[in-house]
Amino acid sequence: MAESQTLFDLLWQVLHHPLVWNLLKIVLIVLPMLGSVAYLTLAERKVIGYMQVRVGPNRVGPLGLLQPIADALKLITKEIVVPSDANSVLFILAPVMIIMPAMAAWAVVPFTPELVLANVDAGLLYIMAITSMGVYGVVVAGWASNSKYAFLGAMRSAAQIVAYEIAMGFALVGVLVMSHSLNLVDIVKAQESPLGILQWNIVPLFPLFLVYLISGVAETNRAPFDVAEGESEIVAGFHVEYSGMTFAVFFLAEYANMILVAALTSLMFLGGWLSPLPVIPFTTIPLLPSGLFWLLAKTGFILFLFLWFRATFPRYRYDQIMRLGWKVFIPIALVWLLVVATLMQAPLRQLPLINIWFH
Amino acid sequence: MIELFPVILFYAFAAILIGAGAAVIVARNPVHAALFLVLAFFSGASLWMMLEAEFLAISLVLVYVGAVMVLFLFVVMMLDINLDRLREGFWRYFPIGGLVATLMVAELVLASTSRRFTTLGAGAAAAPANYSNTRELGMLLYTTYLYPFELAAVILLVAIVAAIALTLRRRSNTKYQNPAEQVRVKRQDRVRMVDIARGETTTD
Repeated sequence: MAESQTLFDLLWQVLHHPLVWNLLKIVLIVLPMLGSVAYLTLAERKVIGYMQVRVGPNRVGPLGLLQPIADALKLITKEIVVPSDANSVLFILAPVMIIMPAMAAWAVVPFTPELVLANVDAGLLYIMAITSMGVYGVVVAGWASNSKYAFLGAMRSAAQIVAYEIAMGFALVGVLVMSHSLNLVDIVKAQESPLGILQWNIVPLFPLFLVYLISGVAETNRAPFDVAEGESEIVAGFHVEYSGMTFAVFFLAEYANMILVAALTSLMFLGGWLSPLPVIPFTTIPLLPSGLFWLLAKTGFILFLFLWFRATFPRYRYDQIMRLGWKVFIPIALVWLLVVATLMQAPLRQLPLINIWFH
Repeated sequence: MIELFPVILFYAFAAILIGAGAAVIVARNPVHAALFLVLAFFSGASLWMMLEAEFLAISLVLVYVGAVMVLFLFVVMMLDINLDRLREGFWRYFPIGGLVATLMVAELVLASTSRRFTTLGAGAAAAPANYSNTRELGMLLYTTYLYPFELAAVILLVAIVAAIALTLRRRSNTKYQNPAEQVRVKRQDRVRMVDIARGETTTD
């Protein structure tokens, strides 16, 4: 009895060691995330299927619910082919380089005010820095494959990601100006009020919300901005030479990035875990409580938009993508930044209506 | 145990930094060299992070790793670099290069072991819990050092404009598009309906 007691104590101590405890928390974030990635692929095929008057996958398991597992098993058992004259070290390293930032960014994403792995003050900066590293995976994959199609895809992708990152960064500066903080928990808390949905950043920053959302689609190389893998022109772009699990990792990273962009959009513009109607309007009677559920619902809705875009819009031409990024989004973001900064100044921010957001 | 951990981290990051720095100049492949430079920047940022200079560390990653090195890699990959010609004079210049490197290391060692060079550890521990490095830096930049900061920004802007002006050229045979015109186009601008009687042909 006494022996088992000490064993239990020992286990308790090991679990409470900061290193073990943090590793455990990381696993608790990453595992559900990978599960969501798997079922997002199924959701995509189902949603696009119904939009095109098809049923989508419905053979593996009830309603096709085991399809992602079947896909994963297939990809794991496939051979990883390394092309001759490819740079084999970088060829294998590239998928790792692309999935690392997609996972690492989750470290500062808060799910509720308490449920966050690292509540750091420079959270927004950290996210921008980490996600900007994802482009290396694409560029290195394209170069190491020793293939013209892969290289063309990598070149397109690098230029596109660098261009849209600037627009995205400016949109985030607007959020930062509104909430006076780089801390993601504080950014959500700044959107909290009995007014609910009216207080969210999407209302005063609507143009920046659009810029951020569309840039997010471009950043993740999703349709209609998927020229990096344009099947009809360069067969599959930067990952044309990849097979088996290495290909699967690129796929995982793309979907993990989609979920990340959707979660960040919900946190920064849609009030994160806040309820849209916390009280019955013009009273103090509580109506809908805030909670993790709202964040998941908002993220799910943005993800649905991603799938909807893919089913709806034809692929942009490359020069049109560049024009949209540099000549449309960056000026819009800059002008709106000026508008917000002006409205925040003393005489203007006290005017009725404007004082809802700037106080 | 707790005190040992930062020390181990410091030496690990420092070793990676020096190793990556050496690999930048030793690597045979220019793409490898550029990637090692990225690793060096990242290790340097980690070291700054350990000094609690999180704003500088993240800016280093954001600017150099996220933007500058991507464009660098972009160029290096597209250039057809002849490595043999680049390495031609390596052994001829090695003695003088080695001498400069040795002198620099000697100077660094002399400077850092002198009594005037106190370690930062004692001072950094005094910072209060809610101290925000980012906020302090912003306060200084936009109050005390406002004019130098604005001046630097204007110089950078001039450099950007100059770089674009130097490379901008208008070629006579390039076809430009006017997206506004393309968006405004109507059906009657593109389609012409013709009535063709049986047996007749049109001229176009």
